[in-house]
Amino acid sequence: MSEPQTDPTPLRRTPLYDRHVSLGARMVGFAGYDMPLQYKEGILAEHQWTRTHAGLFDVSHMGQCFLVGRDHETVARALETLIPADILNLKPGQQRYSQFLNEDGGVLDDIMVTRSLDPDEDGTLMVVVNAGCKDADFAHLKKHLPSTIKLIIADHRALLALQGPEAAGVLSRHCKGADLMAFMTGASMLFDSIPVHISRSGYSGEDGYEISVRADKVAVLNERLLMHPEVKPIGLGARDSLRLEAGLCLYGHELDVTTSPVEAAIQWSIQKRRREEGGFPGFARISRELKDGPSRKRVGLLPEGRAPAREGTEIVTEAGDKIGTVTSGGFGPTLNGPCAMGYVDAAHSAIGTKLHLMVRGTAMPASIVAMPFVPHRFHRS
Amino acid sequence: MGETKYTKDHEYIRVEGDVAIVGISDYAQSQLGDVVFVELPKLGKALSKGDEAAVVESVKAASEVYAPVSGEVTEINSGLEAQPGTINEDPEGSGWFMKVKLADPSELAGLMNEADYKAYLASIH
Repeated sequence: MSEPQTDPTPLRRTPLYDRHVSLGARMVGFAGYDMPLQYKEGILAEHQWTRTHAGLFDVSHMGQCFLVGRDHETVARALETLIPADILNLKPGQQRYSQFLNEDGGVLDDIMVTRSLDPDEDGTLMVVVNAGCKDADFAHLKKHLPSTIKLIIADHRALLALQGPEAAGVLSRHCKGADLMAFMTGASMLFDSIPVHISRSGYSGEDGYEISVRADKVAVLNERLLMHPEVKPIGLGARDSLRLEAGLCLYGHELDVTTSPVEAAIQWSIQKRRREEGGFPGFARISRELKDGPSRKRVGLLPEGRAPAREGTEIVTEAGDKIGTVTSGGFGPTLNGPCAMGYVDAAHSAIGTKLHLMVRGTAMPASIVAMPFVPHRFHRS
Repeated sequence: MGETKYTKDHEYIRVEGDVAIVGISDYAQSQLGDVVFVELPKLGKALSKGDEAAVVESVKAASEVYAPVSGEVTEINSGLEAQPGTINEDPEGSGWFMKVKLADPSELAGLMNEADYKAYLASIH
């Protein structure tokens, strides 16, 4: 049986490394960190548990930072020079998804931006970035932000994600009022007596939270959450199958320096004022693509058979002409079948288009379908 | 029942007369995790030792299963296609992949017996 390649680079550890090992996790290298791929029950069980109960993910490898300026307008306008989202009109406590873009409109990273809810922290934005991009992101911010904006890299903070339909019930027993928060909002509160910043968001397609806490307190939080019978630890394997079924982009797969947000079909994250005014890197390309359509598009792919089409699989027309490539693909445990995402030429991107996926030299019939593959169940108040 | 032998790639082969049952070891299934798809060879296919004989896929990744010996595929465990999880539950029993008519029984001599395989597993950890 063939075995996966291993990377010899030494890996960093999150503060929960020892706990993952003691819980029986199988550890793998991911974005420079030694992370739990799965625990004893395995990816299928962990995936299903998150969809039906509450899954706890260590996402402390992700990058957290604060941008601090004189007031909200100052810091929002500064960040808006690097990303296409409207940050100026973010309300206190509101969170928004965006991307750092290069001059060609390619995605350097995809990020979450939250405006502090606390009036005493007016002019503070919290930014969460991908682990694999964080060093470059922080350098990018340092290089481009004006000296009036202070960048605080929060590597003293850890991050947990609690995801699933029972997450709100569990978390509100520790953080009073957490169940009342709206989707894509954040607030500083106490978890029992521990200061945390939580946001109602995540990457599983389920309701849930991300909980930012000082690294020296994360072990306590982790244990208190795992004590609940509704909560089980979940590894990166299920995190990936959950986000794939939810049709969400993963940096390095659906997004990279060549893909624009319009090609990636995340133009919903570019608000109206920014589309009109521009003032962010790559505006010319993005503006043109919004008007005329991009030359290629990210689509959902549903194979007819049972064979998964993995990343890198060629997408061809029924006549055999190459029209694209799979960027993420595998088996959807909730879907109980294979599903994939990929880029195809815009001319072949309509929902319902029949095409072939070249799996081990065989043309497997598949269709372009609307995403998500499994409906989102975010909390909309 | 004949002796079970193993390859360094974690396939097993159990010879019964001039036919051998081929599958993946318990260690292999535990490393793969939940199997969600299996692609078996066509009946009658002539395999040379080391050929890609089958594909087994977990949620995470696809792996090839190599022919531990040369021979012709005389039977496949087609029940695996509907119940790939059998490979996790009973890899060296009902989770077998295929039966092969041995082309050259002397190839078996190069494979590990159970004790050697256990020692090999210990050595790679």
